[in-house]
Amino acid sequence: MEIVFLTVATLSYCIGTIGYLIYLFHDRERVHRVAWAVLLFGALFQGAAIALGSWREGHLNVTDSRQALAFLAWVLVVTYLFAQRRFQVRILGSFVSPLAVVFLLASNLAPGVIFPVGTIFQSAWVIVHVTALFLANGLFGLAFCAGIMYLVQERNIKRKRFGYWYTRLPSLERLDQVNYICILIGFPLMTIGLIAGFAYAGAVWHSPWNWDPKEIFALITWCIYAVLLHERLAVGWRGRRAAWLAIAGFSAVLITFLGVNLLLKGHHTIFIR
Amino acid sequence: MCPILLLGMNHKTAPVEIREQLALVCRDQADPLAQHHRLQHVDELFFLSTCNRVEFLFTSNHPEAGRAQVKELLTRHLAIPEQVLDPCLYSYQDLAAVSHLFRVAASLDSMVVGEPQILGQIKSAYRQAGKHHTVGVILNRLLHKTFSVAKRVRSETRIGSCAVSISYAAVELARKIFGELRDKRVLLIGAGEMAELAAEHFLAQGVNQMEVANRTLERAVGLAQRFRAETIPFSHILDALQRVDIVLTSTGSLEPILTHHEVKQRMRGRRNKPLFFIDIAVPRDIEAAVNRIDNVYLYDIDDLQGIVELNKAERCKEAEQAEHIIQAETIKFNEWLRTLEVVPTIIALKHKAETIRRSELQKTLAHLPNLGERERQAIEVLTQSIVNKMLHDPILFLKKKSQRETKQLFVDVTQQIFKLNERDEALGSLLDSADHKC
Repeated sequence: MEIVFLTVATLSYCIGTIGYLIYLFHDRERVHRVAWAVLLFGALFQGAAIALGSWREGHLNVTDSRQALAFLAWVLVVTYLFAQRRFQVRILGSFVSPLAVVFLLASNLAPGVIFPVGTIFQSAWVIVHVTALFLANGLFGLAFCAGIMYLVQERNIKRKRFGYWYTRLPSLERLDQVNYICILIGFPLMTIGLIAGFAYAGAVWHSPWNWDPKEIFALITWCIYAVLLHERLAVGWRGRRAAWLAIAGFSAVLITFLGVNLLLKGHHTIFIR
Repeated sequence: MCPILLLGMNHKTAPVEIREQLALVCRDQADPLAQHHRLQHVDELFFLSTCNRVEFLFTSNHPEAGRAQVKELLTRHLAIPEQVLDPCLYSYQDLAAVSHLFRVAASLDSMVVGEPQILGQIKSAYRQAGKHHTVGVILNRLLHKTFSVAKRVRSETRIGSCAVSISYAAVELARKIFGELRDKRVLLIGAGEMAELAAEHFLAQGVNQMEVANRTLERAVGLAQRFRAETIPFSHILDALQRVDIVLTSTGSLEPILTHHEVKQRMRGRRNKPLFFIDIAVPRDIEAAVNRIDNVYLYDIDDLQGIVELNKAERCKEAEQAEHIIQAETIKFNEWLRTLEVVPTIIALKHKAETIRRSELQKTLAHLPNLGERERQAIEVLTQSIVNKMLHDPILFLKKKSQRETKQLFVDVTQQIFKLNERDEALGSLLDSADHKC
């Protein structure tokens, strides 16, 4: 059943992405509406798949890289669906949906390992840790996309080039605002997620900080967003710098998330062994 | 078919003196629709007047006489002698009038092609005509069609997104930087004609906070009154940079009045909020290096001119597509007009059937006094549905034939078969309420 749901979700994301790519070149309200609905449809199915898996395993089913990547794709789509309602920056979908498809397809390539289920995942800390961090990552993903769009549009206006992208992309202020709000909500979530992680590590390994590569990279990521948010609130860093930092931040997220999982060894590797 | 006629003039046909006269009359709000009852050859009348055009749209069974009457009304309205006015006027009939109206509403005929105000002006003119009850079946339908055509052109082509005047290009750029302009503050330095025009455009786009700085205070006060703005001393413009978002400069200064260093210093104070400089002066008022500062955008007259040239080419392409839409919609409207020709017959047919039904029903019910309310209702419904079903196919047939040249034959046959001719006199009054039936 799960596999059926996941396939439906993958297909829906692909169709939604194609719709959003068409929307990128044909500014038609109806195309957007259909693409949005298809993404929603896919997200519901993937949500059902995740719920089923979690129910079967008895804990949140985000344990290996494969599931984690798929979960990230789901969170990204869900945050976009909500953000679209809030910001009405439709073209953001043309950037977010391909990203979600890449994650979801990549999840099939990532090592999926079945390992003995212990009580290790059944702590409430794990649920807080995983949910908060993934939600934060989804929001950071949106900020990343908005950042790229900002840089493209800013370049157009600064260099006085008025091609297709100039007319198609929304205004700078709008993109900057999306960036800001995503990070404003994402950062506290990330903080909560990390604290929950430390608390959990303290309980399981008797030390909250273990010099695990993932921990180190997570802290670096946290610092990037902390700097970004602080500078924005304190001196009004915005625009290009904020966009670059949002891109750097999400890249750090991906390194923490994938690079460390796949390349380096540490505490978290027990989850992907 | 009742001919649709259009008589008018616009910025292409009338010189500026006459259009100025037009603007004056606009302000006085003398309403020619009030004269409608005096034009016995004009049936329906719609009147549009903006500062760049005046259009009379009307229907008349005697086109020549109707046109003469409307022309007379126009000369009286503008208080311009007929021989002066005559060469400025254009006149269209039927489909040409319809597609002209569509083009006007879609802003293809505007001075600034693609500007969006014209549709609003047509809508308010339509409300005015509605108030005076001067529009009927045909013009009602035509104007509603016009609104939807204009909307279609706007959404399916990008005719509205191409700025072809420098001041409009500046506003468009500001919109790409700031999104919403309503809460933005504009500083106008110097008082060149072009800068004023740009300021006007910003006001029209909803900017309502403006400051004016000029070396001669008198001029500044004059401008401030015109734009409902505040004046600030010329020496304080650097401080003003802390609070304004858009700066329009057009002074005659030979040296730059704002340098890279000066602007950069102010950016921290304004917490890096974007700042947009529009420098229309020659020689330029602002150092070109200012554009290199983060969150600062500087456009000079050449940059804006570049956009205008680019957009002109783009607009030609979009205009072609818009023309295509208009052609197609004109044809569709014509189809509707043609069905109108069979409408009197259809109405007469329905009327006759309904009369027969009622009288027969009355007779039958008179013989059956003991029936309850439910039974009476049932018989009523029964007779109605018999009549409707009987008439359904003949009506559909007539409507289908209305697109053919031979329709008159079918109309005649129908009238003879059902002996409808004798009711002709009563039709006139029936037709007035026909618009919702067809």
